[in-house]
Amino acid sequence: MFKFLLHRLLATIPVLLVVAVVVFLLLRLTPGDPAAVIAGDIATTEQIEHIRESLGLNRPLVVQFGIWFGNALQGDLGESFFFRKSVAELIAQRLEPTVALALCTIVLAVAVAVPLGVLAAWRHGGWLDRALMGFSTLGFSIPVFVLAYLLIWLVSLELGWLPVQGYRRLAEGFGPFIRHLILPSLTLSVIYIALIARVTRAAVSEALTEDFVRTARAKGLPERRVLIRHALANAAVPIVTVIGIGLALLIGGVVVTESVYAIPGLGRLTVDAVLARDFPTIQGVILLFSVAYVLVNLAIDLAYLALDPRIRY
Amino acid sequence: MKHWSRLAAVMLAALCAVLPMQARGEKVLRVTPHSNLTILDPGWTTAYITRNHGYMIYDTLYGMDATNQIRPQMVERHEVSKDRKTWTFTLREGLEFHDGRPVTSADVVASLTRWAKRDSMGEMLMRYTQALEAVDARTFRLKLTEPYGLVLESLGKPSSYVPFILPKRVADTPADKQIDDYTGSGPFVFSKDEWKPGERVVYRKNTRYRPRREAASGTAGGKVVKVDRVEWVIIKDPQTQANALAAGEIDVIEYPAHESYAAFKADPNIRIVEPNPLGYAAMLRFNHLQPPFDNPKVRRAAMAALNQPAFLRTQIGIPEMYRTCFSVYPCKTRYETSKGMDLIAKPDMKRAQALLKESGYDGTPIVLMQPADVAPAAKFPVVATQLLRQAGFKVDMQAMDWQTLVSRRAKKDPPARGGWNIFITFWASVDGLNPIAMNALNAGCDKAWFGWPCDAELEKLRDAFARTGDDAVRKSIAEQIQARAMEIVTHVPIGEFQIPLAARKNVTGFVTGYFLVFWNIEQA
Repeated sequence: MFKFLLHRLLATIPVLLVVAVVVFLLLRLTPGDPAAVIAGDIATTEQIEHIRESLGLNRPLVVQFGIWFGNALQGDLGESFFFRKSVAELIAQRLEPTVALALCTIVLAVAVAVPLGVLAAWRHGGWLDRALMGFSTLGFSIPVFVLAYLLIWLVSLELGWLPVQGYRRLAEGFGPFIRHLILPSLTLSVIYIALIARVTRAAVSEALTEDFVRTARAKGLPERRVLIRHALANAAVPIVTVIGIGLALLIGGVVVTESVYAIPGLGRLTVDAVLARDFPTIQGVILLFSVAYVLVNLAIDLAYLALDPRIRY
Repeated sequence: MKHWSRLAAVMLAALCAVLPMQARGEKVLRVTPHSNLTILDPGWTTAYITRNHGYMIYDTLYGMDATNQIRPQMVERHEVSKDRKTWTFTLREGLEFHDGRPVTSADVVASLTRWAKRDSMGEMLMRYTQALEAVDARTFRLKLTEPYGLVLESLGKPSSYVPFILPKRVADTPADKQIDDYTGSGPFVFSKDEWKPGERVVYRKNTRYRPRREAASGTAGGKVVKVDRVEWVIIKDPQTQANALAAGEIDVIEYPAHESYAAFKADPNIRIVEPNPLGYAAMLRFNHLQPPFDNPKVRRAAMAALNQPAFLRTQIGIPEMYRTCFSVYPCKTRYETSKGMDLIAKPDMKRAQALLKESGYDGTPIVLMQPADVAPAAKFPVVATQLLRQAGFKVDMQAMDWQTLVSRRAKKDPPARGGWNIFITFWASVDGLNPIAMNALNAGCDKAWFGWPCDAELEKLRDAFARTGDDAVRKSIAEQIQARAMEIVTHVPIGEFQIPLAARKNVTGFVTGYFLVFWNIEQA
């Protein structure tokens, strides 16, 4: 177990190295000059050149990479070309909204989707099952921004129950924090509810056809116990896998939701940095995302140990 | 039952927790600006958002009122010698920086020196400057090598780069390095600790500020602050901006999307205000270095094909928010003239086709860059493409994001190697009030704005404009400049339009001028 953990953690090093090199090169090879963006529309070529020089963008690529990578190894992700703040500080400012939104979304999605999926499997072919499948198709089909605008119109503008936009940090109080998270989480969770519910339904349906379920029922166990203790427990591995993938996808998926609800999270930071060609910020955020992906996958693998005693590393 | 009652209690507690917070006692104006504030040094970028940030925290020696007149701001009075070569300025009494230190002539000299290294008008002023020196704490002197006609216009220049006055210790920062001390003497204080990039910018009222007694107008007059705090709330999505305004979560949207105005007009709690009657001017710019637009005959043929009403109808769509303007200077301003504008004022496709045939255009495809992500300009290139094709051009319209466009337009290479032939942009009309301020009229070859027109005659005229102090002569030269600019076709004006702000009904006192300023605004 310890060896497995060590092996997996060590394996992240080449992954991060490759990510660092690829991202660095991609940014330099794609069109776009941060100096031109900084200078503004009315600036002249000469003024842009001054800015490029002061940002060190005229240095050879190898030198630029060496400086950035050397600093990154020491934990210094550099300074944003635009905000003149350290990338670490920018990320730290944006981490809480994204983590809060992702966690809230995934908790909501799991809390709704798993029971729905189990019920649909239990009443396979019945109205509940069909309704769930219909909802699932709708959930997959409706674009996130359309759903967001509909919810804002209904809940915020018509009913006036929740704010239209923005984010309040937990430190400002739990009330404002949760008020600003409900609609974005609801919006974002719909697609994950659809996904997790479908996988849960399929996995539990399959488990319900197994001999051990027949045996459990023959022993006279209550149906709820059969469903949860026997069918759901044995269907847990694919469900946990899809939840883990969902969590990883959420890191990228928050972008639209953060934009529509004006949440200052990592998704918006990434988009703003890409549009502005803020190289240090993009590099820092993508490195962070890579670490997050690796850790989420590791957590899924570890969860298998707990859920299925047959799995050993 | 027990479970249900427990659940109800939990839900009730949650509901109590989500009730809105009590409003704080202070008056807070929440505004969604047109862009995210990223650069805080107004001498580092020409971006309008940084200029607006500058007006919050810094003050200027002179301002420009809504009638385009230069008025004293930090300056109490000035005297000009008989030979018009020595200008002596005296600062108002009691001017203080945010840290309580007095504003002195030394601060002014350092600030103007830094500004002039960046700004085209500043650079021109310094070309005629023999010395800029502090005489005493409140007096400074500008000695010129010969009379120069744009001294006050330069010092009162309202838009980027604006000659803001910084403390000497900050202004001494080299022009190629950003400042990191945001102490000013303007009507607001930048709250650095509360600045969350991409989320919120906070300014507090500067209680030390001593406004002038005159009424506020443009960037001149009394900058009386009537709120305790101004918060710039960064919301990028136009629909979310509109929703937030409707819900009262923000008080003002600086640049609403044109599609939103109909909804605003229908909302009794929202009103539309135009703080910038001059509006914005769009232009089509050629690359003078690359074929086929290195040939003035081809540029003239293209101009003859362009049609302002078609551009404006398609892009803006709301008739009361756009107008044709057949002048390189903003319409309804001092130098507006129709001289030399025949080709664009009377579009004639047959004439364009004939001119193109005469020009010897060989069918070389032209690359027209479209900023697909800039809503107020994304449709202009589509219209241009269609019109130019009708005239006989082979047009390759390439969609890209604005940042790619601004990077690419700086390249002088042929289009096949990453260069370009045409792009379209728009500026606040205030940036084109005179031929020196307007970068698009600079024909100084390598030193010119993107497109790099190169014309000694035009430069000579601009120089003559800058030298004279006689307004009638200046008006005449401005006409000649326009005629020459349109003869060589530095660019093509394609119309003017408005982007009025939207505000909650209880917000009043917007100052008419050139852009949104935050003094004088009050909340009922």
